[in-house]
Amino acid sequence: MIGAVSKIEEIEEGIIEEFALFDDWMDKYEHIISLGKELPLIEESLKTEDLLIKGCQSRVWLHAKIEDGKVIFTADSDAIITKGIISLLIRVLSGQTPDVIINTDLNFIEHIGLKEHLSPTRSNGLVSMVKQMKLYALAFKTQQNG
Amino acid sequence: MSELLTDIDAIRAQFPILQREINGKPLVYLDNGATSQKPQSVIDTISRYYELENSNIHRGVHTLSQEATSAYEDVRKKVQKFINAEHSHEIIFTSGTTGGINLVASSFGEKLVRKGDEILITAMEHHSNIVPWQMLCERNGAHLKVLPISKEGEVDIEEFKKLIGPKTELISLVHVSNSLGTINPIKEMIEIAHKQSIPVLIDGAQAIHHMPVDVQELDADFYVFSAHKMYGPTGVGVLYGKEELLNDMTPYQGGGDMIKSVTFEKTIYNDLPHKFEAGTPNISGGIALGASIDFINSIGFDFIEKHEAELCRFATSQLRDIKGLRFIGTAKERAGLVSFVLDGIHPYDTGVILDKLGIAVRTGHHCTQPVMNFFEVPGTVRASFAVYNTKQEVVKLVEGIDRVKRMF
Repeated sequence: MIGAVSKIEEIEEGIIEEFALFDDWMDKYEHIISLGKELPLIEESLKTEDLLIKGCQSRVWLHAKIEDGKVIFTADSDAIITKGIISLLIRVLSGQTPDVIINTDLNFIEHIGLKEHLSPTRSNGLVSMVKQMKLYALAFKTQQNG
Repeated sequence: MSELLTDIDAIRAQFPILQREINGKPLVYLDNGATSQKPQSVIDTISRYYELENSNIHRGVHTLSQEATSAYEDVRKKVQKFINAEHSHEIIFTSGTTGGINLVASSFGEKLVRKGDEILITAMEHHSNIVPWQMLCERNGAHLKVLPISKEGEVDIEEFKKLIGPKTELISLVHVSNSLGTINPIKEMIEIAHKQSIPVLIDGAQAIHHMPVDVQELDADFYVFSAHKMYGPTGVGVLYGKEELLNDMTPYQGGGDMIKSVTFEKTIYNDLPHKFEAGTPNISGGIALGASIDFINSIGFDFIEKHEAELCRFATSQLRDIKGLRFIGTAKERAGLVSFVLDGIHPYDTGVILDKLGIAVRTGHHCTQPVMNFFEVPGTVRASFAVYNTKQEVVKLVEGIDRVKRMF
């Protein structure tokens, strides 16, 4: 996949089109649930305390590494809906350069009507996860420049 | 006394929020353990206060201040009657249950708990009845002892007796557990503690709206609760304490209202209850607590207890048939809620889908992480009832859970 990653806007556009197919919330959530189930699990050995992002409701594990100047994310959660949304975030952000990750505002989440899940009041770990993804990108960028 | 209100439709009609739709569905509000909804009379009392009576209390000689002071102090007497305290000055207004426990942990703790002393709680306490004691123990070098619970979520009285020792200075117990629904045998436990002259604090946050509480009959030394779980406003609560103990305790916070005289050399503290009420309180909230007590009295606990017990029984019998559903908390004596987990489905996922169906439940650890660790679950789904809930709403919950199960 690496190297063949599309522009971030194209991926976001693709997700918006994918979600435009669903008329009601049930179909949309069923799709998120199936995405959650499909998300390749993070390796068990990476489910450690220091990769754990604690939400009050669900837990999220996030791992990041840099390959050929692109950040590769893998993640997991104990809640499926959270995992489904993680899979979308990974589809958009994983494989992008640190600069792109730092500067994106992830507008697609609002377009597909899932903004509530990225609200700080949800305490599902997703807000902290996005923040953490950007921090990783920033750290890799600093490393590269250093 | 006028006739009691026992018609559910008429009771529901008093709650404007129950007319709301959530995600296009009629609201089914089953998160009363977190906070109950407010009847029109409580809402009106708050707005009327700001429209017509607003002024600071215990200060002015002008009419508004006199009126506000007497409305606020009348509620103190109303609370006294509601929980049958001996004196109205044993009723201390606080910011809520948490505020009340912190007050005792600080004022009683600083003066009477020494290095090596012990404070005893149960394993089913809310974080609010754990953390203030841990903080006190850290400051004073005291020890926090924990009475374990059974798989059903009950305490063992014999274990309780064994844990009380010569070093026990205070026992702090939850009346009704917020995550399990267990009603603890607090009267018996208080009696046992008193044989060794140990004072007992009762966290009544989840009991005060479900059953009549008589602090003299219980012989509780301290009893704390919040207005917002009993159809009243947030930010107001009550600490009941026996006069003798309250008199012995040092003030919690310093400031206006809690003093008799202040010089730079020495301050003479005010008498009860004002000694513990520094600063301008939540006046509108305090007055509205009076309206929430009136609301409860207009229905009466005979009906409230009967109706809520029926809802719990009905919910338990309906949910029991759902495959893969496991109740967390199966004590014989329970009140106000059912708490459960679904096999292979995270409580968060359940909560999100139920919300889409207009059903508000609480999911997560309910601020009782030790209880969740004990039952080895990440959290539970909790449906907690109030007097305005109906069996039809329980049916909607059961249908909602069926839907959740089909989706995952």
